[in-house]
Amino acid sequence: MNFDDTPQEAAFRETARKWVAANAPKEFEQELSKSSLGRIRLAKHDMVEVGKAWQKKKAEAGWACLHWPKEYGGRGATPIERVIWQQEEGVYGKLTQPFQIGEGMCGPTVMAWGSEDAKRRYLPKLASGEEIWCQLFSEPSAGSDVAGLRTRAEKKGDNWVVNGQKIWTSGAHYSDFGLLIARTDPNVPKHKGLTMFFLDMKSPGVEVRPIKQANGMQEFNEVYFTDVVIPDGQRLGAVGEGWSVSLTTLMNERMSIGSRLATGVPELFEFCSNLMLEAGLAIDDPAVRSKLASWAVKSSGLKYTSYRAISALSKGERPGPENSIGKLVSGMMLQDIATYAMDLQGAAGVLTGADEETVHGQFQQMLLSSPSMRIAGGTDEILRNIIAERVLGLPGDIRVDKDVPYNEIPTKGR
Amino acid sequence: MNFDFSDDQKQLRDQARKFLAEKCSPKAVRVVLDGKAPYDKELWKGLAEMGFLGVAIPEEFGGAGAGHLELCVIAEEMGRANAPVPFSSTVYLAAEALLIAGSDAQKKKWLPAIASGEAIGTLALFEGKGNPSPKNVKLTAANGVLNGVKKPVADGAIADFAVVAARTGSSGRDGDISLFLVDLKAGGVEVKSLTNLDPTRGQAEIIFKDCKAEPLGAAGDGWSILTQVLDRAAVLCAFEQVGGSDRALEMGRDYALDRIAFGRQIGSFQAVKHMLADMYVSATLARSNSYYGAWALSTNAAELPEAAAAARISATQAFQHCAKNNIQVHGGMGFTWEFDCHMYYRRANAMALGLGSLSYWEDQLIDRMRKKNAA
Repeated sequence: MNFDDTPQEAAFRETARKWVAANAPKEFEQELSKSSLGRIRLAKHDMVEVGKAWQKKKAEAGWACLHWPKEYGGRGATPIERVIWQQEEGVYGKLTQPFQIGEGMCGPTVMAWGSEDAKRRYLPKLASGEEIWCQLFSEPSAGSDVAGLRTRAEKKGDNWVVNGQKIWTSGAHYSDFGLLIARTDPNVPKHKGLTMFFLDMKSPGVEVRPIKQANGMQEFNEVYFTDVVIPDGQRLGAVGEGWSVSLTTLMNERMSIGSRLATGVPELFEFCSNLMLEAGLAIDDPAVRSKLASWAVKSSGLKYTSYRAISALSKGERPGPENSIGKLVSGMMLQDIATYAMDLQGAAGVLTGADEETVHGQFQQMLLSSPSMRIAGGTDEILRNIIAERVLGLPGDIRVDKDVPYNEIPTKGR
Repeated sequence: MNFDFSDDQKQLRDQARKFLAEKCSPKAVRVVLDGKAPYDKELWKGLAEMGFLGVAIPEEFGGAGAGHLELCVIAEEMGRANAPVPFSSTVYLAAEALLIAGSDAQKKKWLPAIASGEAIGTLALFEGKGNPSPKNVKLTAANGVLNGVKKPVADGAIADFAVVAARTGSSGRDGDISLFLVDLKAGGVEVKSLTNLDPTRGQAEIIFKDCKAEPLGAAGDGWSILTQVLDRAAVLCAFEQVGGSDRALEMGRDYALDRIAFGRQIGSFQAVKHMLADMYVSATLARSNSYYGAWALSTNAAELPEAAAAARISATQAFQHCAKNNIQVHGGMGFTWEFDCHMYYRRANAMALGLGSLSYWEDQLIDRMRKKNAA
C-alpha cells in the first residue's frame, strides 16, 4: 500500500501541474477556494463566461474532456490520468460546472449512439465549452420513475414533432443543445415506447422558464415544447430504444469517480473549534465531540473509498461498486450537519444574515439547499435500490405497470 | 496510488478464509458458545501451523516476518469466522506490546511461544468501569511485586502471561504508569472467569497478590507504550469488525433472498432492501477507513493515531449496525439461539467495548484531529 504515483503517473502529473500553474485564472483562486458548498458563484463575474474561457484554454492544450479520443476533442487519456488531472486542476475545476452535464452525460451518450458525422460535429465543441448541453429527462410526473414520462414525439415525414414539458433542467437557460427523451409510442408498455433525440435549444417552440426553488434560488428550469421540430437525423438509437440509450447516460452520471463531494465536515470542525458555549469551546463538549467524530469518520470513509477506486483505475481495473455510496452518504450528512450547527447557535441559529454570529449564514444556506442533494441525480431511495439490486443482488421492485400499455396506466395524482 | 492489498496479501486472505471455513464453522464456534470448551484449542493449533499467529512476528523470534498488512487480512477473516480463540489478546495486544517495548530476552522468551501456539497472552488494563486512562490504573507495583485487581481481562482465564498496567507514581501524570510482564502460571494470582456478552471469548478477573513481575519497557513509559499498543490493536480489531460486518450483511442478504412472505422474497420489499443497502454503506465506510489504518500501521506513519481512531469508530459502528440489522432481517428466527445471528450481535457489541468504548475513541479522534490541525 502506498499513495505514490507510478513513474508515468508522476510524469503526467508534472505536465498537468505545470500547465495549470502557467495558465489558470489565478484572479479567481481565492473566491473559488471559499465556495465549497452548493453552487459556485462569482461576485463580479458571470460564472458561465469565466468557465467558457477556462474550458476553451484547456481544450486548446488538450486538457478538456481529456479521457475522450482526440478526434472528438479529448487527448485519449486513461481513466487514472483523468483523475490526476482533476486533482491538479484543483479549485479551477469548479469553473467547469456549466459543462459537467454535457461532459458527464450527454457527451458519452452521443459517443455511444451518435453517427460518426454527429460525433465529429458536436463532441469537440461540447468538449471545448463552446456549446453547452443540458439533459431533458425528468418531468413533473416522471422523476424517479423517469420511464413514465409523457412528452410526446410524433413522426411527421422526416421529422419529429415534440410537445410536452420537462423539469429540473440545470443550465437549460444557457444551453445550446439538449438531450431529450420522449414518448414515441403510448400503446406499448412504458419502457418500450421511448426514443432519444438531441435538439438545438434555440429551436422554435422551446421555452425555458426558471424555477424558483425552496431555497429561494433559481438554478433549475422548466422547459416547454410546443410543436418543436426535430429532424430524424438527430435521433440517438432506434425508435423505441430510448430507455436503453438513457441507461448509458445515467450510468455515466454515477461513474464520476474522484468527484468532489462536499460533506460539511471541515466547516463544522472549524465552527466548533471557535464557538464559545456557556461551559467553554464547543469542541471541548463531549456531546459535540461524539457527533463530530461520527461525521468525521463518514467523511474520511468516503475519501478513502474514492482512493480505492482510484487505485483500481491506476491498475487498469474497473472500480468496484463502492463508489455508489458517495452521494447517499454526503447528501444526508450535509443536511444533518447544517441542522446541528444551527442547533449549537441556539436562538441565533434562526438568523440567515451574513454576520459573525452565524458564520456568514453558511449553515443556514446549507440547510435550505441540502434537500436537493438528496433528490437530484437519484433520490436517496433510488440509490438504496441501486445498491440493493446491483451490488447486493436483491430482487428488483415488483412493477405493477411493467407490462401494461402506457396509455392504460392510471394517471391520477401524477 | 496503490491503496489496496497486494496480490500476495489477497492470496493470504483467501487461504485464511478457506482454512477458517473448514476449521471454524459455526458449529465449531458453538462448542465454545455453549460453554463446552474455554476456546477452540484445535483451531489455535491450526492457526499456529498455518503461521498465522506469528505472521507479523520477525523471523528471529520465531514468526513469519511478514508484516502488519498480512496480519490485517488474517484479522478480517478471523472476524468473518467469529473465531473463538484468543487471537486479538495474544497477537494484537500482548505480542505488539512485546514488539514495541520488550527486551531481547523477553522477546526471545515469549514471541516464539506465541507464534508456535504454546503461549496465550493478554493485556490486563481495566479495573472495573471506565475507559483507558492513567487515572483508572490503581493496581500498584513496588519492589518487583504487583498488588491489585484487573477486570475485565479478555481471555484472562486461559492466558499464560499478561502485560499489566501498574501505578508506580502519584504525580497525576502519564509517567505514573509502568508496564509489567507477569507469568500467570507462576503463582501470585487468582483468576476467576466472568460471564460476559460474548461467551465465545472469555473475560476474567485477575487478583494480583504480591505477584512477581518484571518490567516491560522503561519505568514511567507505560502509558506511552500502551497508547501505541491500543492504536495498533484498534486497526487490527477494525479488520475483524470489517470481516464480521461483511458476514452479517451476507447472512442478511442471503436470508432476504431465501425467505418468502406475502408471496414474495422479503428481499423484494424496499423496507428490507434499504436496510441492507444501509448496512452495505456502513461496511464500506468501515473498510475504507480501516485500509487507511492499515497503511498507517504498516508504515508506522505519523498519521497512525488519527487513522487508528477513525478505523476503530467506523468499524465499531459498522459491525454493531450490521449485526443488529441482520437479526432484524431474519425476524423471529434471528432471535433464536439456533440461528447464528446472535453470535455476531454478541461479538459486535463485545468488541465495541474491548479497547475502550466508542465514546472514548470518539474523544480520542477529536483530540488527534485537533493536534494535527494545530501542527
